[in-house]
Amino acid sequence: MNDKNMKKNSQPLSLHVPEPAGRPGDAPDFGHLVLDAAGAVERPEVGAKPYEMRDLAFGLIRVLDDAGEAVGPWNPRLDPETLRRGLKAMILTRAFDDRMHRAHRQGKTSFYMKCTGEEAIAVAQGMLLSREDMGFPTYRQQGLLIARGYPLVDMMNQIYSNAADPIKGRQLPIMYSAKDHGFFTISGNLGTQVPQAVGWAMASAYKGDDKIAISWIGDGATAEGDFHNALTFASVYRAPVILNVVNNQWAISSFMGIAGGLETTFASKAIGYGLPALRVDGNDFLAVWAATQWAEERARSNQGATVIELFTYRGAPHSTSDDPSRYRPGDEHDKWPLGDPIERLRQHLVLIGEWDDDRHAEALKAAVEQVRAAGKEAEAIGTLGQSRPSVKTMFEEVYATEDWRLVEQRREVGV
Amino acid sequence: MVDQNAAPASEATGAGIQPMNMIQALNSAIDVKMAEDPDVLSFGEDAGYFGGVFRVTDKLQQKHGLTRSFDAPISECGIVAAAIGMGAYGLRPVVEIQFADYIYPAYDQIVSEAAKMRYRSGGQFTSPITIRSPYGGGIFGGQTHSQSPESLFTHIAGLKVVIPSNPYDAKGLLTAAIEDDDPVVFFEPKRLYNGPFDGWHEKPVSPWKTQDLAQVPTGKYVEPIGKARVMREGNDVTILAYGTMVWVALAGAEHAGVDAEVIDLRSLVPLDIETIEASVKKTGRCVIVHEAPKTSGFGGELSALVQERCFYHLEAPVARVTGWDTPYPHAFEWEYFPGPQRVADALKSVMTGGR
Repeated sequence: MNDKNMKKNSQPLSLHVPEPAGRPGDAPDFGHLVLDAAGAVERPEVGAKPYEMRDLAFGLIRVLDDAGEAVGPWNPRLDPETLRRGLKAMILTRAFDDRMHRAHRQGKTSFYMKCTGEEAIAVAQGMLLSREDMGFPTYRQQGLLIARGYPLVDMMNQIYSNAADPIKGRQLPIMYSAKDHGFFTISGNLGTQVPQAVGWAMASAYKGDDKIAISWIGDGATAEGDFHNALTFASVYRAPVILNVVNNQWAISSFMGIAGGLETTFASKAIGYGLPALRVDGNDFLAVWAATQWAEERARSNQGATVIELFTYRGAPHSTSDDPSRYRPGDEHDKWPLGDPIERLRQHLVLIGEWDDDRHAEALKAAVEQVRAAGKEAEAIGTLGQSRPSVKTMFEEVYATEDWRLVEQRREVGV
Repeated sequence: MVDQNAAPASEATGAGIQPMNMIQALNSAIDVKMAEDPDVLSFGEDAGYFGGVFRVTDKLQQKHGLTRSFDAPISECGIVAAAIGMGAYGLRPVVEIQFADYIYPAYDQIVSEAAKMRYRSGGQFTSPITIRSPYGGGIFGGQTHSQSPESLFTHIAGLKVVIPSNPYDAKGLLTAAIEDDDPVVFFEPKRLYNGPFDGWHEKPVSPWKTQDLAQVPTGKYVEPIGKARVMREGNDVTILAYGTMVWVALAGAEHAGVDAEVIDLRSLVPLDIETIEASVKKTGRCVIVHEAPKTSGFGGELSALVQERCFYHLEAPVARVTGWDTPYPHAFEWEYFPGPQRVADALKSVMTGGR
């Protein structure tokens, strides 16, 4: 071959690796965010076709404005009692997180994960849906159990892997399982629950049942194939399921750009699957409620799945094993332009005359007291290593019936 | 060979007995279960309208309806994950992975999710799903249509692994798998789908209807998972095999002229250790045959078990006849495939290499 006739590329290529706006030592910078004003985003009819509402994947549904007023077409017009229940459940969730985080520091458990800043999501959605619907959560939806009145002491028993652990010392702390509270068993392998939620929803539809499923996945895990498989199945079989993407900006130390969140929104990923997509202020209890209610109505009227991106910020470390000061500006959470979900709902309730500082202080105190009482009860049973289920249970429930290998191996352990 | 006709006839609840090939028998198992239990449904790639590329789910959609037997996207992971969700709801889905070689995209859902569901949830959620998949070589499928991945699943706590070798067992075992409360990986030897295999690839294949084990009841019956079948009684050496290799083992024993006892394991997990142990203690020798590569294949586990339990009865080292530790080659299929000659060689070796 004659080299002179071969086409030459003119420039060397370079690899692009996205980086967040700030690293440790930098001032937080959220200038790149495009945030719609509260009330600015349209609310389509529940039966609208996905192609008629693509803009919603790029906007941001917000109800509470900066003054704390509920405005616009997405205002769910909740009664004050529901709002107060929501606020109290969020306060309780944060108090629970704080105590369990401390318990880890005191060596009482091996691991913990807080949901600081994301409380509105699980609490609003947990309150809104029936516990007969099935939630397929990640490890940051503890608010779902708390909002539904699951006993705090049972959560703690699981965190301590003690003798009363409902799942018998087999799972990491925080990986709860509570079927009668509509809380599916949590997996450590990220994203696996999303197509399972679709399958559960398909089963409900197949049986002519009236239950729906709801799942959550983090922004980081949307890069897993499971997420895309789930969207395909949800679309193809019109499964009655709500598929949440909790975009809390961080997947351990990787910012959401590494999961593909810079080039487009996570909500917009639904568009290619023909699914309706809502992008919602995840720190706005009312917006989360309203969007979920919209998706719920759609699912319950057999019109299929909705993808909801909940735009929020992971205020706490990823887990007790993580130190976010190593990879992001230290005060970034404080500067999050969408505020704190508890403070925002509090502000709204105060504004409408249904709450005040005394009641708030009282609620904080009551939450701490409730958590402390549960803590005492759980710690009386034992913290990690002090008490645990019978070792015999280690060999149980591997199969519906034990096989000879497990019988022999159990005998080897001497139980 | 043991007469298998008497028992099935008396156990069958349906009208009669018909000669069936393995495809028809598997189809009949799903069909009968779907008719009996509205919670049973079947799906997979091409598995609905068309009835599957091997036709195992043929006409189930026409008989039971579009929502009970349907096509799925080309997403093995999605298929298994959806089945897991359905199982958690309370259904008993039977899903098809078109070839066992395609099961790897679904591996995480099978081993991390289905297998662990009961255990990790403290018994609150279960995964009573059946994952069917044609496996194995002998049909010139090349490396992506010939693999035997069973040992990747036998290693996983919480899974059952079942492999039939004939139409009668295929129907009875698949019925048991559908009714099982645990996830079952059900590998179907595609070399045996349309007819038996006498072990010698050069020879023409005779139809299943000429085989005793092809007389299949049309109604419901269950073959319990975890029971091996003694295919040939013998006194000098025990051959452990499953799937297609059962027929290779029988041919190899005949070719070697050795009084071998051939055991069809039928289920690798749970394993019928009693039958294995009793046989090896009787014969004092053991040859293991499987198609999967040798290293870390299920034969290694069987060999270790025999050694642990029967060492003082052994007259010779345990021998393994397996596929090679290479990818499955298209043009060298018969050099790869463990045939009767290699089994015969192993038999002669253990007969003469003893103490």
